[in-house]
Amino acid sequence: MPDATGLELIAQAVRERVGDGAVVDTAYYRGEATLQIQPTAVREVLGYLKHDADEPFDFLASLHGLDHYPEEPRLAVHYQLLNRHRVDRLKVATRMGIDDPKVPTVTDLYPGANYPEREVYDFFGVVFEGHPDPRRILMPEDYEGHPQRRDYAIGGEPVLFTFNEHETPRWYE
Amino acid sequence: MEVTRQKVEPGSLRVSQLRARQMLRGDIEDTELEEYVQSRLLTTTLDKAQSWARGNAVWPLGFGLACCAIEMITALAGPRNDLSRFGSEVTRASPRQADLLILSGRVSVKMAPVIRRIYDQMLEPKWVIAMGACSSSAGMFNNYALVQGADKFLPVDVYVPGCPPRPEALTHGVMKLQAKIKGDPSLGWRERYEAEGTEELA
Repeated sequence: MPDATGLELIAQAVRERVGDGAVVDTAYYRGEATLQIQPTAVREVLGYLKHDADEPFDFLASLHGLDHYPEEPRLAVHYQLLNRHRVDRLKVATRMGIDDPKVPTVTDLYPGANYPEREVYDFFGVVFEGHPDPRRILMPEDYEGHPQRRDYAIGGEPVLFTFNEHETPRWYE
Repeated sequence: MEVTRQKVEPGSLRVSQLRARQMLRGDIEDTELEEYVQSRLLTTTLDKAQSWARGNAVWPLGFGLACCAIEMITALAGPRNDLSRFGSEVTRASPRQADLLILSGRVSVKMAPVIRRIYDQMLEPKWVIAMGACSSSAGMFNNYALVQGADKFLPVDVYVPGCPPRPEALTHGVMKLQAKIKGDPSLGWRERYEAEGTEELA
């Protein structure tokens, strides 16, 4: 992990290289460095961090979505980057509203982002613009909705327990 | 040599044992022998013989869904729980050759039509065992992703509880199914579920 100072240096370099508005915030919490960026700047920031940074993060260890409901903006996409020479990790996070969640794809920078981006689209409805194969990956293709959003009904069937037994009187008949 | 005499109850097992010994020694002859054979003849019907043979040659489909499939493999083919002792170890790779579908694991909404197609491809008579909590009732996965019990979309004959069931439990389930097959020759699921007239002729 870059320490808090290292994170600020990275953030400063990103600001200089990509633009002042790209970095929204930095956070250093429990040894984890987080670089909060604008969703529109994802490609530029990750491209810089992969190719042009002094200590490049050349490996995308993980890409996943989050729903911060009821906070706004709700949806988030996290990119866990790894520098394999220094074994240095950096979390790049971006947040967007639920109305038109769009992020540019990073499949051309990190080919391994292909399936994770499809998964994030499948479960959170984040559209990755420019993705080569923007389909669902786990749910059936005709499925409606994005089930990992926190306001999505969990589904299934009601099960009789002792705490809700009174709601179905004479269930045993 | 001292001869001991013991009293034999008429009609007891000992009588038929002594009678069999006499027959083997050639002490029974002519009409008496004919009567003996008549009395011991195994009377049966073809149906019973057929269902007996059927019950002892249940071929499961080599088909796994989730973690229960690993347990199923040890129960079917493992040396410790060898299911071939009961005539059910010949796993077939094609549904056309299989009699038994063991639903070993959770059935997701996406997998359900696939399983239904595999089931439809199997030839009658065919049977289904729901192995484990998930395929019986979705187990702990009471959510959007799983079918809440595989009997929602195909008829299930035997439910084996457990998460996963012990290999002995699956063996017991297969033996229950065999008892079911041997007990009633008219065991097609269409008769059981009153679904005559739903045959697909393609």
